[in-house]
Amino acid sequence: MKKRTLLAGLMAATLGLPALADGHEPVKVGFIYVGPIGDGGWTYEHHQGLLAVEEHFGDKVETVFQESVPEGADSERAMTQMALQGADIIFTTSFGYMDPTINVAGKFPDVKFEHATGYKRADNVSTYSARFYEGRAVQGHIAGRMTETNKIGYIASFPIPEVIRGINASYIHAKKANPDVEMSVIWVYTWFDPAKEADAAKALIDNGVDVVLQHTDSTAPQAAAAEAGVISFGQASDMAEYAPLPRVSSIIDNWAPYYIARVQAVMDGTWESTDTWDGIAPGMVEIGEITDAVPADVKAEALALRDAIASGEYHTFTGPLNKQDGSAWLADGETADDGTLAGMGFYVEGITGEIPN
Amino acid sequence: MDFGSINPVLLIASLMVASTPILLAALGELVVEKSGVLNLGVEGMMIVGAVTGFIVAVETGSPALGFLAASCGAVILAMIFGVLTQLLLSNQVATGLGLTLFGLGVSALMGQGYVGVRPPASPKLDIFGLNELPVVGPILFNQHGVVYLSLALVIGIWWYLRATRSGLILRAVGESHEAAHALGYSVVGTRFAAIAFGGACAGLGGGFLSLVVVPTWVDGMTAGQGWIALAIVVFASWRSARALIGAYLFGGLTVLQFNLQAAGIAIPVELLSMSPYLITILVLVIISSDKRRAAASAPASLGRSFHASG
Repeated sequence: MKKRTLLAGLMAATLGLPALADGHEPVKVGFIYVGPIGDGGWTYEHHQGLLAVEEHFGDKVETVFQESVPEGADSERAMTQMALQGADIIFTTSFGYMDPTINVAGKFPDVKFEHATGYKRADNVSTYSARFYEGRAVQGHIAGRMTETNKIGYIASFPIPEVIRGINASYIHAKKANPDVEMSVIWVYTWFDPAKEADAAKALIDNGVDVVLQHTDSTAPQAAAAEAGVISFGQASDMAEYAPLPRVSSIIDNWAPYYIARVQAVMDGTWESTDTWDGIAPGMVEIGEITDAVPADVKAEALALRDAIASGEYHTFTGPLNKQDGSAWLADGETADDGTLAGMGFYVEGITGEIPN
Repeated sequence: MDFGSINPVLLIASLMVASTPILLAALGELVVEKSGVLNLGVEGMMIVGAVTGFIVAVETGSPALGFLAASCGAVILAMIFGVLTQLLLSNQVATGLGLTLFGLGVSALMGQGYVGVRPPASPKLDIFGLNELPVVGPILFNQHGVVYLSLALVIGIWWYLRATRSGLILRAVGESHEAAHALGYSVVGTRFAAIAFGGACAGLGGGFLSLVVVPTWVDGMTAGQGWIALAIVVFASWRSARALIGAYLFGGLTVLQFNLQAAGIAIPVELLSMSPYLITILVLVIISSDKRRAAASAPASLGRSFHASG
């Protein structure tokens, strides 16, 4: 069915289907995905956003998407192709599409571009991201409370601020919940490679880790955790098929409201280049159900933490916090500003290992 | 050097598991190339094997049937390649690339209802309690049957190509299909058999990936492993024992570097991450530095179409 959407989109583009009966051309919405729509995680959720756009606007929109587009030069080709097919707005949904998006946007000033998780904007390029780190804080708390070996592991993708924020947020809250906790980080240098993700999870587990957090897109680490009998968290998507164990909770990216709002803005002619960074409060980040494998008191604490973050009464990065080298970062009660968070390139005190450059 | 929390026994055991899909695919492709056919569709056959194996294992509850289906599914795909390249004489490179694209697409279609489903556990072999032995137990006697099968294939293929009559015919077809044809051997028949075998191996590797290594079905889950298998065939200069070394080296370095990271060993991550690729390239350069030998090891008719008319 999904394939058909793509085919229909391509055919419509090549055949130049006539405009709708009321004389309005449908708004053409394009998506560039870094993984397959069946990854069960990151790309899956973006695709849910696409489906929500279709559902909401019906035949007033036409959607196209391309899966598994490599980050870097090849993505420019994919975007250019989409723009040439007459897309009015293109969502590029991975950090590595940042420069290609800016380049292609320069060539197509009439096409609107929306780049996820980046920081470079132009007149026709908006950026949007979610404050995943707020969800990471909740996961970190559960991880700290649930670990019996006092070792938690983190499968990291690329050393970019978004990933580093997640590592720090998890560690800070795991440490708060359990002062003895240690965290191992494995950089796999991929967003999507199930075999590698599974190998990384196994390496962590072989080294004594009993809670695995992941910042990669597939469900492979969940499967590895299930086999080894350790705990994991759904990433980007609920991954509920692994509940109640190993997946005890999850971070869900809910892009649908944002995509609908932005497509609406294109229809209304009110689209402007903006920077959106929403968290738990507006619902862009959701915490998936905490399963019964988690003791009731831990669950209550985790939910309280989530609610405190949502209400704004607590900030994920609240001092006193030092950087890894021991230098002071945030004083007691001070909270991190968005600028620092957006460009975060350092670990907080207590995390061992180095961030690769 | 302190290896911290790394357990070398577990490390070796898990590197064998991680390397097996690549090893199987490489062994199959090795035989295909020895017969003079270049099938670049390994990635596509692997992923089709991964999804058919997964579906059948889930539906029947039997991993063994799953592995069988994985092989069969990929053989069907390989036969398409065989018909196109051997009977219709299409270009092997283009057809192989097409096979990969087709395999990725068709597997995503077939696997739609199976994302996130858990497969039945594939039991490890327990040989008379030998897996209780220290050190050698977990490495040699506590693996999945397919791991043993892949090792048996290494020896089997070596023996087959070297010591059997039909192995000699297969090599003759790969070296000079005209000469083999003139001697009365069926070039197309031999190549069909080799392509089917290559498909079966790649499919089994894919099935092992989705049923044991990961174990789950995710779209596009081979993520380039088929291409690495192709590179390993060249790396191995078309010898099965070297394919074993190549696959274990590549898989081993990947697992090792993850373990080093997990144990917090202070080696730059960038260096670790690129090490499998770096060392593979390095060995390729060393192997091919002796031009005469490198040229001699590649089957002379590799990638060339054959038609009896000449």
